[in-house]
Amino acid sequence: MVSPRPYWLLLVALLVACFGTAARLSPQFEGWRGSRATGDFFVVLLGDERKMFANTFYIKADEYYHSGYYPSIFDDNAAFRTAHMAEDTGAVDSKNHGDEHGFLGPERNWIDSFGRHFFPNRHTHLDEGGPGGDLGGSQEVREILPWLKLSADLDPENVQTYTVTAFWLRERMQNVKAADVMLHEGIRHCPDSYEIFFELGRLYYDSYQDHTRARNVWEHGVELWLRLDPATPRGRQPALELVDDWLSRPLKLVAEQKDNQLVMEQLTTHLAAMDTADGHWTRAIEWLRAGERVSLTPDRIQARIDELNSKLDQELHPLLKPLY
Amino acid sequence: MRNTIAVAGIVIKELYRRKDFYVLFIVTILICLVMASINIYNDANVVRYIKEVCLDLIWVCTLVVAVTTTARQIPAERENRTLLPLLAKPLTRVELILGKFLGCWLACGLALLCFYLFFGALAASREHHWFLTNYLQAGVMQWFMLGMVVALSLLGSLVFAAPSSNATICFVIIGGILFVGRHLDQEALQLAEPLRGLVLCLYFVLPHLEFYDLRDLVVQNWPPVAWEYIGLALLYAVFYQFIFLIGACLVFRRKAVN
Repeated sequence: MVSPRPYWLLLVALLVACFGTAARLSPQFEGWRGSRATGDFFVVLLGDERKMFANTFYIKADEYYHSGYYPSIFDDNAAFRTAHMAEDTGAVDSKNHGDEHGFLGPERNWIDSFGRHFFPNRHTHLDEGGPGGDLGGSQEVREILPWLKLSADLDPENVQTYTVTAFWLRERMQNVKAADVMLHEGIRHCPDSYEIFFELGRLYYDSYQDHTRARNVWEHGVELWLRLDPATPRGRQPALELVDDWLSRPLKLVAEQKDNQLVMEQLTTHLAAMDTADGHWTRAIEWLRAGERVSLTPDRIQARIDELNSKLDQELHPLLKPLY
Repeated sequence: MRNTIAVAGIVIKELYRRKDFYVLFIVTILICLVMASINIYNDANVVRYIKEVCLDLIWVCTLVVAVTTTARQIPAERENRTLLPLLAKPLTRVELILGKFLGCWLACGLALLCFYLFFGALAASREHHWFLTNYLQAGVMQWFMLGMVVALSLLGSLVFAAPSSNATICFVIIGGILFVGRHLDQEALQLAEPLRGLVLCLYFVLPHLEFYDLRDLVVQNWPPVAWEYIGLALLYAVFYQFIFLIGACLVFRRKAVN
């Protein structure tokens, strides 16, 4: 009978060799840039592919927002280029055009006509009650949240995931605390995102009624947006000074600013509204002038500027009157 | 008819003796329970994602059960050399085919019943409401769709040499129909003749399995489909089941049994 001893010795020798090799390579592997061993489950499993899946789940959330009525890759998706759940937050520039109700087009044949009875065939939004059409059920919008959460986990650098999730958590679920946590997580991953600061300002202003903090984060948002342009001064200057400087120069927007004019308009008009309420009309006019520059409806903002100018005139008049 | 039912009974017994269904059922339960345990912003009423995951798993599992069970029926009889003694009894080839079809289809029905009971319980635990009509429609439609799949696999098992190749081809066809079947006519318009005509022909000839996919309606709590359309869809399914079964009988008639 062959003695098993040499096999045991060989096994021990191999284990020692494995241990030694692992101990030798471990520090080098941890320092290697291509390593996936960060502890994040999705990074280990998918690497950079996770961003592709993140977008899929983001779209899935929008599909849920429409209760399943959503164009496939074969349908005309011109009316769905920007997710409606993001568009409805009022802080995202829409690239949608065309008929969102009829992307299926006219019935093509009897199979197409018959098949339309077996899938969602009507445009609805969950925050408006979904297929039931009952506004009382607008909390149904909670159903988009799992997909948004998954999308944020997979791609922590996608700004819209944070703003959209926070908006619906705050607006429809009244879960302000979770929205706050979500936005701060967003700031940790994307510290230069003016969209997140705008949403955070709305949360402070509307939900916490903390106007000072709202003003601070909105002003910081304006600074971040202006600093997308390399010509903007880099030093520590108050946002209003940066705006003055920007207004004094001819309008020239960099590509990212052009794509995100709505956020800037929202930031400045919200700051203007706050200053108007506080009686700081000169400051409010400055914010409005900045908003007017990027607005798609400058006439409406000009009307507000005119209104504030006339208020300023009325305020100055009583001082001047006795001289006449 | 009695012979057909006897053969069907044996097929059903085979299903519950094999481990495939139990494994798939337990995996489905485990995945769904793990998904249900995820905390979504402390909101316990979020349910649709669980319903979707559960229904997706039910679709995959029942398709696997249907195709793999059916694909090995006649090849296994031939391999075990039991086909000849079976046909030596007062049992015609048509009865054997019908018995195998009926057995596999009923077995799929039983599997589907277990899956939908679990699905209903899972959904009700969160929604506190049974959408019974929706679940019934979805289950019945899926069962009739599986009937077409079973008939197709049975035909395939007589045409292709091995159960594995038959199962693979069936999965490719079923997946293709479910994903692009509804849009084949749109795609055909972008092609040049004669390919356009060919693809259009295919569009009208293929069984449109996507009719039977009511998952979106069930997950998103849409109102039930009108019963007249359900009835027409079931008739359409029966029609295709007969086509595949007649094809299988014709092929089997000329097939050597040993």
